[in-house]
Amino acid sequence: MFRYYLELSLRSLRRSPALTALMVLALGLGIGASMTTLTVFHVLSADPIPGKSERLFYVQLDATERDGAPPGTEPLQQLTRFDAETLLREKRGLRQVMMTGGRVALQSPQADVKAFFASARYTSADFFAMFETPWRYGRGWDANDDATGARVAVISDPMNQKLFGGADSTGKTLRVGDKELRIVGVLAAWRPVPHFYDLIAGRYVDSEAVFVPFSTALALPLPIVGSRSCWGSGNPPDRNAVNAPCAWIQYWVELATPGDATAYRQYLVDHSARQIAAGRFERPSNVRLRNVGDWLAFKQVVPGDVRLQLWLAFGFLLVCLTNTVGLLLAKCLKRAPEIGVRRALGATRRAIFAQFLVEAGAVGVAGGVLGLGLALLGLWGVRQNPASYAQLAQLDAPMLVTTLLLALLASLLAGLLPAWRACQVTPAIQLKSQ
Amino acid sequence: MDIRPILSTLRRHKTAATLIVLEIALTCAIVCNAVFLISNRIERMAAPTGLAESELLHLQVSGIAKVDNADALTLQDLATLRGLPGVKSAAVVNQLPFGDNSSDTSINLVPDQPTATLQAAFYLTGDGTVETLGLRLLEGRNFLPEEYLAQSDVEHAAEVRLPTALLDRATAARLFPGKSAVGQAIYLFGNAPTRIIGVVERLAPPQPGNPDGDYVVVLPVRPSYRQGSYLLRVDPAQRHAVLRAAAAALEGNDSRRIVSTQQLFEDMRRSYYQQDRWMTAVLAAVCLALLVVTAFGIVGLASFWVQQRTRMIGVRRALGASRRQILGYFQTENFLLTGIGIGIGMVGAYAINQLLMTHYELPRLPWLCLPIGALALWALGQIAVLGPALRAAALPPVVVMRGV
Repeated sequence: MFRYYLELSLRSLRRSPALTALMVLALGLGIGASMTTLTVFHVLSADPIPGKSERLFYVQLDATERDGAPPGTEPLQQLTRFDAETLLREKRGLRQVMMTGGRVALQSPQADVKAFFASARYTSADFFAMFETPWRYGRGWDANDDATGARVAVISDPMNQKLFGGADSTGKTLRVGDKELRIVGVLAAWRPVPHFYDLIAGRYVDSEAVFVPFSTALALPLPIVGSRSCWGSGNPPDRNAVNAPCAWIQYWVELATPGDATAYRQYLVDHSARQIAAGRFERPSNVRLRNVGDWLAFKQVVPGDVRLQLWLAFGFLLVCLTNTVGLLLAKCLKRAPEIGVRRALGATRRAIFAQFLVEAGAVGVAGGVLGLGLALLGLWGVRQNPASYAQLAQLDAPMLVTTLLLALLASLLAGLLPAWRACQVTPAIQLKSQ
Repeated sequence: MDIRPILSTLRRHKTAATLIVLEIALTCAIVCNAVFLISNRIERMAAPTGLAESELLHLQVSGIAKVDNADALTLQDLATLRGLPGVKSAAVVNQLPFGDNSSDTSINLVPDQPTATLQAAFYLTGDGTVETLGLRLLEGRNFLPEEYLAQSDVEHAAEVRLPTALLDRATAARLFPGKSAVGQAIYLFGNAPTRIIGVVERLAPPQPGNPDGDYVVVLPVRPSYRQGSYLLRVDPAQRHAVLRAAAAALEGNDSRRIVSTQQLFEDMRRSYYQQDRWMTAVLAAVCLALLVVTAFGIVGLASFWVQQRTRMIGVRRALGASRRQILGYFQTENFLLTGIGIGIGMVGAYAINQLLMTHYELPRLPWLCLPIGALALWALGQIAVLGPALRAAALPPVVVMRGV
């Protein structure tokens, strides 16, 4: 029976080509627009480290001076150096890392290439294991290197390509500014989307080119790039000093299970209490411990414009669907005499209903294919937009399947009303009016 | 034109009529908000910075290695830049509108105030920066040459003392409403008062468009080239040539530095608003597509209705109705439906606007959208129904009376 319905549908669709074309076009436009924006949203809001995002937590403490803000307002988003080093030393989590961003001047081994600047990250040793960075050559440094301020570095794959042509550069020298560091490892291609571990550096930027131990970066010193909030009425001569009243360090902790967060949060509260007793903290204990998902949601990492475009596209799809319902209804009612004949010949209401649903489905499939083509075109358009995330707008397999399913579902939904109206047609009246 | 026959006809075709009304209502709601968003963005992109934008060049120099005499090198750089042909003035500044840097501080009206009065971006300027930027002084005076301090001196002093500052008009009005800000004292980084000596007309912060307000304060503290960047005011016709010459001159002054940024200020503005331009284009495209889809929907349904009512049209024509009266019938019916749709759509538009206001910090939809949106959709509906209606009016009565 399905083949018969399909045959009837295709014949009827061919009989009114203009109307069919209009329906398919409208549906295709709606699907294309929705899938373009949905794909962009899907890419930008993906979990950057699936499998571990529940166990990685961002730490915030309230170290600023007492002022009129009511207790419980959001604390600063970075830690002071004193707090970060204390937490790192006490090692209460499975792994922990303190870090900040930077910018270094690199000189190529080839003498004729001019020096250039690259993004850097100054971090403690646990960074690589914690964020599961893939390795091409070598490995990271260890806690001992952190403690001694060893002159070592890890570089990214693109930087390795640029400086050493992709060869194994472990053991070679990296000229950073006028200092030299020994390369101990080269990362394989790695670009977490979003750049969740430091959103200040950029939400969707590429990962850094050079990684240097935190203590080394401070000792050399290497230029720091990031956000810094200082408070107090004094004038600290060195804002990087351990006791400077400035928050500028990001701190992440990895716990063994998500349930350990309660105990760790209590540890942070106890740490705050100790600082209050020592006179360093002026405000009451106010800690935050957010896992990756919560942190990204709190920072609203997906740009407002992307979300607005998503809603706009779905509104457009709704209008296209209403359009399709109206046109399908028109088509169905125009064929009332034919329905009357079929009913008189013994077709049940269910059969008529099924037939018109199949017709709606056929329009849906055609609209879905057109919509897919338009979505690919739309994503090409998005990639021409010079935003940092533009290159990530690609259609992957789940989105492709979603496109076709959405089109089919939408058209079936749109076809419900016309099909129901069609099966209400009374054969007697139709036959009489001939 | 008697409306009652139209209404009774519509009552018999409730479903199709409801669909047209729904489609128009949705289109109206979405298009009104989209056009409002477009106008909002365009207004945002056109906001002035207060600077002489077409004449400014921005250069940033970064050292490969640490230098000890950054301040002296900065003064040497400025002298070199001022000597280049085509350069009207050169200065150093810590941040610029649309730049990558952003520094701000809280401003208090009394010392040791528990909560800050407001947060303002602070511009650290050297001799000649205010003129180079092209700021217009409204009240008071500019800084005197002896009032400028070096940033490194200020940072290494035991206590931060900033005797003088300039405000822009919006900040002055917010801090001292109703009276002149010149001569008043504010407290910035400590408890030493800073006296306002002048008010400029407008200076945008590095990220303009802050919903809490764009507040700035200008301080006579000269950053070194490491703590800021260079600004050149040049003859607009020679901008590219001077930019290249300036970059070469700066690298020539000290070989351990490279020019990490060199750009026209207009390019900074262009890339800052790139996303807004993209959003405007997307909104416009969707608006257009919506109107086209709705128009075609109306055409389709109206054609169908004409076909359904051929007998009725035939009867009316046989009874003496003119072509114009048949045409008028369809136009009026469409006008009625569109009107109902617009009514519902306006309510929907304000509801959507309310949602946008809470989630995206947008202002309220202006009432002007109501008549403009209504007119646009009425025009769209009338044009869309014209084709089918003309076809209906062209039916000769004899043909339809013979049977369907």
